[in-house]
Amino acid sequence: MTVETPTRYSPLSAWQDALARLPTGVQVRELPFLTQLNLRLQPGSAAAQAVEAALGLTLPGPLRAGMSGDVKLLWMGPDEWLLVAPEGRQHDLVAQLRSAIGDEFATVTDVSAQRTTLALSGHLVREVLAQGCAIDLDPRVTPVGSCLTTVLAQAPITLVVRGDAASSVWLLVRSSFASYLATWLVDACTEYRGGTG
Amino acid sequence: MQLIACPWCGEREETEFRYGGQAHVAYPDDPYALDDEQWAQYVFFRDNPKGPFAERWVHSAGCRRWFNALRDTVTHEFLRVYVISAQHPLTTSTAPAAQQRKGQEAI
Ligand SMILES: [Zn+2]
Repeated sequence: MTVETPTRYSPLSAWQDALARLPTGVQVRELPFLTQLNLRLQPGSAAAQAVEAALGLTLPGPLRAGMSGDVKLLWMGPDEWLLVAPEGRQHDLVAQLRSAIGDEFATVTDVSAQRTTLALSGHLVREVLAQGCAIDLDPRVTPVGSCLTTVLAQAPITLVVRGDAASSVWLLVRSSFASYLATWLVDACTEYRGGTG
Repeated sequence: MQLIACPWCGEREETEFRYGGQAHVAYPDDPYALDDEQWAQYVFFRDNPKGPFAERWVHSAGCRRWFNALRDTVTHEFLRVYVISAQHPLTTSTAPAAQQRKGQEAI
């Protein structure tokens, strides 16, 4: 007997056209199906050292993200990180991390379906986000590598500043909030339409 | 909007936080030894001071961690935030600072 698995779809698959029509100053693209693993462990513990050795990465400190490689680490709390990797890596990464951790005290949980990721870029990104986000996105306050879990237009998000001041940003948003956030983004961009954008 | 300083995330808008009531209410060592009145005291009765009050808060929209705060219930000013494993700040050697600060505001 075969079990039919439902077709996989990303929370914002229906929004591709609307997002593509945004002003050039705010390029928004969904990065669907990224591998996302939740890591819970004490910083500095044997488990933390095992994870860092297995990944060849350092667990970033508070409010920071390591975004340079294929495998990215986002600080989510004092004993919690979100590992983000390309699509399809969850099984081998979970196995690799669990074997590295062994009997030490830590958890690795696949949460890939929990959030989808929006990649924003363009010179208006900071201005548009400022309409719904209380965090000061000035590069002097929020430099490249900042990782902030907060609310954008009341929707819970994790915002990662990827490069060049705030002109390149990742927004990780829970799947059930994604279409609301897309609606808000499209609306927040309205005033820049047809202008200098 | 009032800003609250999460020990981990720094200052954030108060809407990112949830209130958790009085801090330092310890679970009874032996709950079965309590009579109904004592159990009701533990479950339902809380202090309601006018002035500095040690409270539990959680940064629910951010790092989702619980912490304690000493808040002045008159001015809503957060006198300090501290980790939940720490002692009540008014019963430790740091108490005079908080008392003094309150005194200064009253002037
Ligand atoms: Zn926090």
